[in-house]
Amino acid sequence: MGTPHAYGFWAYLLRDLSLANHRRGEVASPLVFLLMATTFIPLGIGPQSELLSSIAPGIIWVLALLTTLLSVEGLFSRDYHDGSLEQMLISPQILVMPVLGKVTAHWVVTGLPLTLFSPFLGLLLSLPSDGYLPLAVGLALGTGCLSLLASVGAALTVTLQQSALLLTLIVMPLYMPVIIFGSSVAQYGVDGLNWMEPLAALGAMLALMLALCPLAVAGILRLTTIN
Amino acid sequence: MNWTWFYRMGSPKWFYQTTSKMLPILLAVTASLLLVGLVWGLGFAPQDAKQGNSFRIIYLHVPASLLALAGYFLMAIAGAIGLIWRMKLSYMVMKCAAPLGAVLTFIALFTGAVWGKPTWGSYWVWDARVTSMLILLFLYLGVLALGSAFQSQDVANKASAILALVGTVNIPIIYKSVDWWFTLHQPSTIKFTEAPSMHPDMFHPLLVMILGFYCFYAVALCLAVRVEILNRERRSQWVRDVIGQADKGNRGVFR
Amino acid sequence: MRLNKPLLSVRDIVFVRDHETVLDKINFELQSGDVLQVQGANGSGKTTLLRILTTALRPTSGDILYSGQLVSQCRFNYLSRILFLGHQTGVKLSLSVAQNLAWMSGQNSAADRFAEALKVAALTDYARVACQKLSAGQQRRVALAQLLLSEADIWYLDEPYTALDKEGVEMVNKCMDLHRKRGGAVVLSTHQKVTMDSLRTFSLMSPVLGANG
Repeated sequence: MGTPHAYGFWAYLLRDLSLANHRRGEVASPLVFLLMATTFIPLGIGPQSELLSSIAPGIIWVLALLTTLLSVEGLFSRDYHDGSLEQMLISPQILVMPVLGKVTAHWVVTGLPLTLFSPFLGLLLSLPSDGYLPLAVGLALGTGCLSLLASVGAALTVTLQQSALLLTLIVMPLYMPVIIFGSSVAQYGVDGLNWMEPLAALGAMLALMLALCPLAVAGILRLTTIN
Repeated sequence: MNWTWFYRMGSPKWFYQTTSKMLPILLAVTASLLLVGLVWGLGFAPQDAKQGNSFRIIYLHVPASLLALAGYFLMAIAGAIGLIWRMKLSYMVMKCAAPLGAVLTFIALFTGAVWGKPTWGSYWVWDARVTSMLILLFLYLGVLALGSAFQSQDVANKASAILALVGTVNIPIIYKSVDWWFTLHQPSTIKFTEAPSMHPDMFHPLLVMILGFYCFYAVALCLAVRVEILNRERRSQWVRDVIGQADKGNRGVFR
Repeated sequence: MRLNKPLLSVRDIVFVRDHETVLDKINFELQSGDVLQVQGANGSGKTTLLRILTTALRPTSGDILYSGQLVSQCRFNYLSRILFLGHQTGVKLSLSVAQNLAWMSGQNSAADRFAEALKVAALTDYARVACQKLSAGQQRRVALAQLLLSEADIWYLDEPYTALDKEGVEMVNKCMDLHRKRGGAVVLSTHQKVTMDSLRTFSLMSPVLGANG
């Protein structure tokens, strides 16, 4: 684009949301996966309430993690293949802003519905009533971290075909702290402990990821996509 | 300040020729350290009060774990140098450090499992150290897989270097969170024989083994990088000379 | 005659990729009103050169100066005044023609200029149609329509005639002509024949500046 406009965060956020709106089926399928997987759990391990409620927070977090990984693959590769990424790279705007806009759009389309679904998932897995609020709050912050970290993996594998497995391998170790603190928030809530403590750690991680991940993604896109 | 020494070190040819001179000595040092350490530790160090003879696996386990972690940082630093100064040799070091570190991590996990069975009754126990080691293995595998996925060597170098750096930033976070998680879930933590509380007669051979492993790592890395240099620079004259000399019957490994 | 400082000055650009020297000491200058055709066989580095000029790619060595200043020191200024049209056009297939054109042209063009651009590109009837329903040539023209709305100084066009019919080619040439008359400059790469007055050519096999016409 040659005009001195600066398409920043909002422009890319709204555009990606509009594009997602045109791919509603594709966008909904990770969430459908989430729902189906949740129903498989009681089928796999038995429907006893006490058993399910003891593992519900952890299971929901693991499923949230897998759902995010499923949904992130095309985040940058669609733009790479139709030339939009190159236009992003040569726009006068610093690359961090479009990246943040796109990752936020991804969160709105994946993490936010997941957070809103979570009470329903908790219901399916006999989550004790004290756990619902901490679960949702934890997921609200945690899915942000998940989207940000997944975007790093997506940026590294933009130019590769069939990168889903490689993306998972790269991002999984980075997800460990998020799932540890995230599921602790819900578990503390269930156990009656102060769930603000792990939530604070989760919030700190989100702040750190928000500062670092877009920078890393911008650097990765600049260095590895155009060759 | 004159930085030419730094840039000279970035020349693959310089590296190859210098290591040709250094490696025989380093190899001898490594062999003697490892031999002394193993014989001393496995044969002459006193038995542990609680674990009997099975504790002796630490003479492999601890050095392997240390090197696995140190190796990751070395790989990341090599990647960073490659990114900042665009030094090809640095990228080669990073690329060779990855499989080396992955194997060491695997050895650490394996010896840990072997240690676990007689000591605590099972091959695998989820605790902070073991889980962190496992995650380190995944980090290594990620760098390995990413580096071999690209067709262009330049892009593969940059992507692996960035991933190694991202992993480095995350290692302290991962370790601390895993640590917190397990102190939460296993209040009576299993105590390993920590170094400070170790009897000096057990500790000294361990030091020797650690030193020996460091030297071994250096030797293995240099050998791997030499092969990588010969491969990547095979079109240049000095490599052809080296290969020519080897063909002519000068069979020395370090020519 | 022309400006004292050339609009664009390219000095000793070298690009090495995977041990292969793709571009070796490229030198040329661009004045306002120039249309420069970069010639070369497939794989000779035309796209690479254009990407270096748009700063999407970093050269191994060499400098680019915009109006006398190093591009690295006036990045925002330079990038605000260039337009790049590559092999892939950046057209989003699920969006409509009008939506794509609006995005590409900065979403602040006057309504009459916008309608005029659609008319010249022969896309007025398709303004609300999703681009995936268009032919390849029509999709290209969506991207080319932004040329009429662009306020950039320098255009970098990589194979602009791809998938275009005779009318499409004429449209591109007309746009370039209007642009140069306003004082802009164009660098285009194509191995097809370009029919324009006072076209300058630059061949990548032997990088010596030539003039045609």
